Amino acid sequence: MTRQMTGAEMVVQALIDQGVDTVFGYPGGAVLPIYDAIFQQNHIKHVLVRHEQGAVHAAEGYARSTGKPGVCLVTSGPGATNAVTGLTDALLDSIPIIVLTGQVPTFMIGSDAFQEADTVGITRPCTKHNWLVKETDALSSVLHEAFHVATSGRPGPVLIDIPKDVQFASGTYNAPQPSTSHYQPTVKGDITSITELVEAMEKAERPLFYTGGGVINSGPAASQLLRELVAATNFPITSTLMGLGAYPASGDNWLGMLGMHGLYEANLAMHGCDLMINIGARFDDRITGVISEFSPNSTKAHIDIDPSSINKVIRVDIPIVGDVGHVLEDLMKVWKSRGRKTNSSAVGNWWSQIKEWQAIECLKFTQQGKVIKPQYALSRLEALTKNHDRYITTEVGQHQMWAAQYLGFEDPNRWMTSGGLGTMGYGFPASIGVQMGHPESLVINVAGEASWLMNMQELGTAMQYNLPVKQFILNNERLGMVRQWQELLHGERYSSSWSESLPDFVKLAEAFGAKGILCSDPDDLDEAIMEMLNHDGPVLFDCLVEKHENCFPMIPSGKAHNEMLLGDADTQGAIDAKGSVLV
Amino acid sequence: MSDLNLKNGTSAKSAYNLRPNFSDIVERHTLAVMVENEPGVLARVIGLFAGRGYNIESLTVAEVDHEGKLSRITIVTTGTPQVIEQIKAQLGRIVTVHEVHDLTVEGPSVERELAMFKVAGDGEKRVEALRLADIFRANVVDSTLNSFVFEITGAPEKIDAFADLMRPLGLVEVARTGVAALSRGG
Ligand SMILES: Cc1ncc(C[n+]2csc(CCOP(=O)(O)OP(=O)(O)O)c2C)c(N)n1
Ligand SMILES: [Mg+2]
Repeated sequence: MTRQMTGAEMVVQALIDQGVDTVFGYPGGAVLPIYDAIFQQNHIKHVLVRHEQGAVHAAEGYARSTGKPGVCLVTSGPGATNAVTGLTDALLDSIPIIVLTGQVPTFMIGSDAFQEADTVGITRPCTKHNWLVKETDALSSVLHEAFHVATSGRPGPVLIDIPKDVQFASGTYNAPQPSTSHYQPTVKGDITSITELVEAMEKAERPLFYTGGGVINSGPAASQLLRELVAATNFPITSTLMGLGAYPASGDNWLGMLGMHGLYEANLAMHGCDLMINIGARFDDRITGVISEFSPNSTKAHIDIDPSSINKVIRVDIPIVGDVGHVLEDLMKVWKSRGRKTNSSAVGNWWSQIKEWQAIECLKFTQQGKVIKPQYALSRLEALTKNHDRYITTEVGQHQMWAAQYLGFEDPNRWMTSGGLGTMGYGFPASIGVQMGHPESLVINVAGEASWLMNMQELGTAMQYNLPVKQFILNNERLGMVRQWQELLHGERYSSSWSESLPDFVKLAEAFGAKGILCSDPDDLDEAIMEMLNHDGPVLFDCLVEKHENCFPMIPSGKAHNEMLLGDADTQGAIDAKGSVLV
Repeated sequence: MSDLNLKNGTSAKSAYNLRPNFSDIVERHTLAVMVENEPGVLARVIGLFAGRGYNIESLTVAEVDHEGKLSRITIVTTGTPQVIEQIKAQLGRIVTVHEVHDLTVEGPSVERELAMFKVAGDGEKRVEALRLADIFRANVVDSTLNSFVFEITGAPEKIDAFADLMRPLGLVEVARTGVAALSRGG
């Protein structure tokens, strides 16, 4: 179906036709025609953020929690450059978002016009793909293709730069068609390689599933298949930060998160396994530690939809390129057809070994005295909210790692965190995006005081749209993660890692019309958390915690998984000069 | 099938990894990349090499299919086998890249480059330059009383050799196009 309309109307029409209900954005001169078109319709809700970075993180939160692409609309020049951090964040974590930017009119491009920036040039390395649309007639097909590219294969952010004259001009609108473009990533895995993996699974004595964000991106069906596979094989399973929730934290075979701040049992299992089955993870350096000593005696299988992930960091023995859901389905079929075999007695011994590691209880802590331990705060938050229909976002730092360790995720899409880029300022706007997608659910951002301040202006957004997001700030008055590294790596010289001149968070909340709660006594904590949960509106929860608590376990930079530090007593001389060069 | 006690990396046999063993030896590969002829596609390819720290020894690009809007980029690059595999996979990831061919491993191929050499001098040297140009089948495309411009086509090694010979004979300036390459046979 084709129709005549202006470029601005096409933008709105394409969004409607693509099933978009929410757009996060901020207006400016170069997008006024699109804002005018938005004003004249009722299908799409526009959320006015307070900073364009907030719009992109909100769209990420929306996308990650709903499984649908997130959409942003920002103006040219500073609007576009403010979106760059969010685009990079979405690229590294493979989040499908579509960012629409206004641009100066085509006839002024290249003249250093007011608010002109080379947006496609600046964003080329931080998008999966981007387009500058110079003709209104080309606009609708680019818009539809943008959704196709953002959501197919390995998902990611895309950007469409639309000059103002293209928005004003009229042209032909084409309704969405199944994409005929050349970009059609493979989703089915090679059956010979899948069979090879099944054979390895049948023989393995110390197998381990190592799962990542790819399982979540593949959709709920992939998580379901993963659960069936784990139950049927009785193999242990660990996950990256991005993959939490694909397999339930309460599941029998769950070892917890692995990696730099992963659990003892997960990291030792990774180190000692003889068959590693990587499903949708990418051997990030937070996971592998020093490459030369990473899981030295395992046969490695890797299922990934992105061929470039295979053999990028770690050489694997059984590469399988394909979508996790499709591959797991075929894997199950092959494994069943060959008689559902595993080396169960050897796997039983493997479990006895793992149980010994688990008995160490690496996350154990004791809450004593009058100062709240961050681990205690999160344990209480977990206890009081785990039966809620709950979504968690985080900022970046120690609190993020503690949240990953002490909160349990039973389902996919419930955990939104900036993994690859580690963007302080992600969590608050992301929580807004999540709440937009799930108006009735409990949405909590576990934050550090320093990160939270990076996008605190979004409290205005939460108030304006009545989004009852709970900001649970573990306030250690420190850039805690930086301080921890300085303690361990830089001779306790705490260079600029004190959070000085902090605001009174309760008054800050009140200044925006939100509710503020201060809690500093462990005995008051439960009551204060209940007060937060019972308040129908945004809450800023200032939880004063132990200032110099360190996050353990920790694999120091430049070390192997079996050289993990479990607590403060282990830290003396743990990191050598070579390790301190690494981030 | 990879036995569980097989050494890591010895049994990989994906299409993305044509040779099983990764070594640390730096190799030179010629890649032919078919791309959609959209504005920015060359920047995407070059940006990939710059951003990820890969080498470009030479790069040529021109439209080869006007109707299909396809251009062919020929890239000569160097790296260890693992890096070369990664370069190909990363190129393949670019949305507007249609095909990536590694001419160095996909069977026999021919490579040609065009170069122009300005050589100035007189007397013996001038005669010698002309004589060598004749041996190399270089054409004289411009001449003055004390200079020549030679045009030569051939494999890059032949052009290198010609450059070495011209240097002592008064080589002033060189312009090279970079490599164009095609696989042999049908
Ligand atoms: C935008 C940005 N700048 C700097 C950093 C480096 N960084 C990582 S964690 C951290 C400290 C975070 O402090 P806070 O939010 O209070 O969390 P805490 O570690 O204290 O829990 C910093 C500065 C980052 N990740 N992101
Ligand atoms: Mg802090």
